Amino acid sequence: MNKIKKMVGKDLDLSILVGLALLVLVTVAGAFGGSMYSGRNIQSMAFQIPEFGFLALAMMLSNMVGGIDLSIIANANTVAIFTAYVLNGTWAFGTEGIARVILALIVAAVTSLIFGAFNGLIIAKTSAPSLIATLGTMTLIQGIGMALTGGSSIGDIDPLFAEFGKSVVLGLPLIFWLFLLVSLILGLILSLTGFGRKLYLYGGNPVAARFSAVNNEKMSILVFMATGFLAGMAGLIILSRVNSAKVGYGDSYLLQTMIVCVIGGISPNGGKGKVQGVVIAIIMMQVMSSAFTIMSLSPYTKKLIWGIMLVLVLGLNHVIAAYSQKRTLKQSMKNLQSAQ
Amino acid sequence: MEPILCARNISKSFIGVRALNNIDITINAGEIHCLAGENGCGKSTLVKCISGVYTPDHGEVEISGEKYKNLTPIEAMNKGIQVIYQDLSLFQHMTVAENIAISKLKFEGNKTINWKKIKSIAKEQLNKIGVKMNLDETVGEISMANRQMVAICRALAQDAKILFMDEPTTALTKTEVDHLMKIMLELKKKGLAIVFISHKLDEVFTVADTITIFRNGDKIGDFNSKDLDEKSLSYHMTGREIEYPRYHRTCKDNSPILEIDHLTRKGQYEDISMTIRPGDIIGLTGLLGSGRTELAMSLFGLNPTQSGSIRINGKETSIASPMAAKKQGIALLPEDRFNQGLFIERKIKENISSALIDTICKKGLIRKAEEDTIAQKYVNELKVRTPSIETVVGTLSGGNQQKVVIGKWTATAPKVFIMDTPTVGIDIGSKSEIYEQIHKFADGGMAIIFISDEIQEIMANCNRVIVLANGKCIREFDENELGQDGADKIITDLIGSQSAEEVTP
Ligand SMILES: Nc1ncnc2c1ncn2[C@@H]1O[C@H](COP(=O)(O)OP(=O)(O)O)[C@@H](O)[C@H]1O
Ligand SMILES: [Mg+2]
Repeated sequence: MNKIKKMVGKDLDLSILVGLALLVLVTVAGAFGGSMYSGRNIQSMAFQIPEFGFLALAMMLSNMVGGIDLSIIANANTVAIFTAYVLNGTWAFGTEGIARVILALIVAAVTSLIFGAFNGLIIAKTSAPSLIATLGTMTLIQGIGMALTGGSSIGDIDPLFAEFGKSVVLGLPLIFWLFLLVSLILGLILSLTGFGRKLYLYGGNPVAARFSAVNNEKMSILVFMATGFLAGMAGLIILSRVNSAKVGYGDSYLLQTMIVCVIGGISPNGGKGKVQGVVIAIIMMQVMSSAFTIMSLSPYTKKLIWGIMLVLVLGLNHVIAAYSQKRTLKQSMKNLQSAQ
Repeated sequence: MEPILCARNISKSFIGVRALNNIDITINAGEIHCLAGENGCGKSTLVKCISGVYTPDHGEVEISGEKYKNLTPIEAMNKGIQVIYQDLSLFQHMTVAENIAISKLKFEGNKTINWKKIKSIAKEQLNKIGVKMNLDETVGEISMANRQMVAICRALAQDAKILFMDEPTTALTKTEVDHLMKIMLELKKKGLAIVFISHKLDEVFTVADTITIFRNGDKIGDFNSKDLDEKSLSYHMTGREIEYPRYHRTCKDNSPILEIDHLTRKGQYEDISMTIRPGDIIGLTGLLGSGRTELAMSLFGLNPTQSGSIRINGKETSIASPMAAKKQGIALLPEDRFNQGLFIERKIKENISSALIDTICKKGLIRKAEEDTIAQKYVNELKVRTPSIETVVGTLSGGNQQKVVIGKWTATAPKVFIMDTPTVGIDIGSKSEIYEQIHKFADGGMAIIFISDEIQEIMANCNRVIVLANGKCIREFDENELGQDGADKIITDLIGSQSAEEVTP
């Protein structure tokens, strides 16, 4: 019991989140019984998680440096469009089969990184708030997709690639494993590398970071490149699941990624939060979303519930912040006393 | 003498500091009451508690017989409490007249603007303090001293009964300070209570009737100003009689580390030259806004210079960024510890390693053991009082926080360490420990630029001193000159001598 108390004390946010997630899982189980956690439903949830999950991870990174990336969905769709053009032979440059798929992946990686770098450059060089900068690039990137497709969806892609979105390994979709793997790598990068450390410092206090000779501009560019890359991954997943790409797919994800980040313990002011938290929040959201589907709620009701959740979580965060402030104050008084 | 304000048992803590500890204070009408104490002893915090900006953790404020536990700023203003903060909080783009009248009009609930009324209010208030000013000039264009007058008039326009002035003289020259003091005495005669905050002893004695002395959040006592002299006041403020040990350069190496030549950035500093050798502790002093911080920022790559040259170890370089500065062996302890120096929510060890991340990484991965070793080493060396290196830095006291920032830069083994007001808001114990460390660094061959306006501190720590005014170097003192009797007096006079009017371009 003491051990648990200590763990809870050490990471209050994450502990509350785990508790909340368990509560949701159990409530849903109670309400829907077997149908919710049947093998089939779990698998179907696991198919839906990755496309949203990658977008949420992208949003998380931009939040962690105290910013926001509104262009992630536009990025994902336009990357998917580029990739689809390669995969359906329009831009294949004579490649076939596996070579074409590899070319498509390279194109996806390069375009998503370029979009991200462009965001990062604007933010670093003009010190425009990321909200404004990415609102602009969102429109720009969407415009590129629009100019290429005229709004129609690009399909007819290489079946080899579509396989990727459908295959199941060890009972779970391949793309779900991929999502878990990328989350794990991202988590390790944040907690173990110099880059991760600088990201937390820069995100928490960019002024002090500058005064500590951290290269803020470089950090901003790298972080937004990583954000762009993750959004591009989401684009690939969408393409492989839907078998086509078009402008405007999944626009409603934007709000949800922000909700998931807040629930997952990412401070929108930057410098705080962990990948674990966001992954738990993503899974929780999916479970609830499935429950809503089983209950056949209208989209408006769903939106209402998400909105209420966001407000509740923000309120809860406020209470927690006030509480930990008090705790820190107490701790600091203890430190003062022991110093004297 | 009738008391119009009584504060009782006021306590207020912030993370890392007990800023006020059970303070009682009584303010009388028609009296100039001085709050004295070193930087960071809690004077501003007390003013904010009394004027409703902060809610104290304990205690109550009684104003003309009414008791408040949770005083709001509006209530305080209604009761005639007016505060002029250090930054004055004026509207830079509005005219003198508008600045003076606006709060009064708002206060009285006027919905429309009557330009004639604005001017008449402004004129009336300026007459009260006997100052002539162009009412139509925008505040951004007038001198610091005149802005001060505008702020005073604005307070008077709102029927101030108690006027708090938080360090009004830090950016004023000697003549301007004298003028301000005269006005304060005039206002006192008219029955106003003035609470004047300063850590400069001569000013305190010129005007104060009562002096309340603070040290480290504690009230030392109320004194009649006739019962104190500079020596006893200083003793009460610092809590010690002994003087700090004086620094003497022992380093034998006379080849310059850092030479700057005619360095200029218009509007900030002009034509600054100096040569720094290993073991030098150069005091850089001057009024707030004299260009000292701007020069420091330039040497650290945060404020591009316009002309002039910088040489390090004889080689000409440009310092375009903090990264470049670090590479050249230049470190900066910034002025604002809370925002610029520390990652307040991060652990001590993460703060100490923050300028060294690339060094402690191997193949991109942080070597945690090495990080711990370095952190522990500097925590021990600088005597940071903390339960562990895992402690969040924001929970430490101000002095220990500052030691962490010093440790962070010492860990990079700098050749030149620029320290911008390193002991502001720091308790006496930590202060002398920090001085001791600085002397040790210099003995080891580090060159130090020590920015400060506390004259005792400069005399104790520096072997050379440069006085800046209006962005120009007005005098340099070498070790011999500093050793002579009365050098401190000469420097103090120099700091306030040159007119501030000349700075404003
Ligand atoms: N908002 C705040 N948050 C945290 N610490 C503060 C805050 N305001 C003041 N302090 C700390 O409280 C102490 C007293 O500060 P202050 O009242 O400004 O001193 P003074 O005006 O006498 O120089 C200092 O150690 C300062 O760092
Ligand atoms: Mg103050």
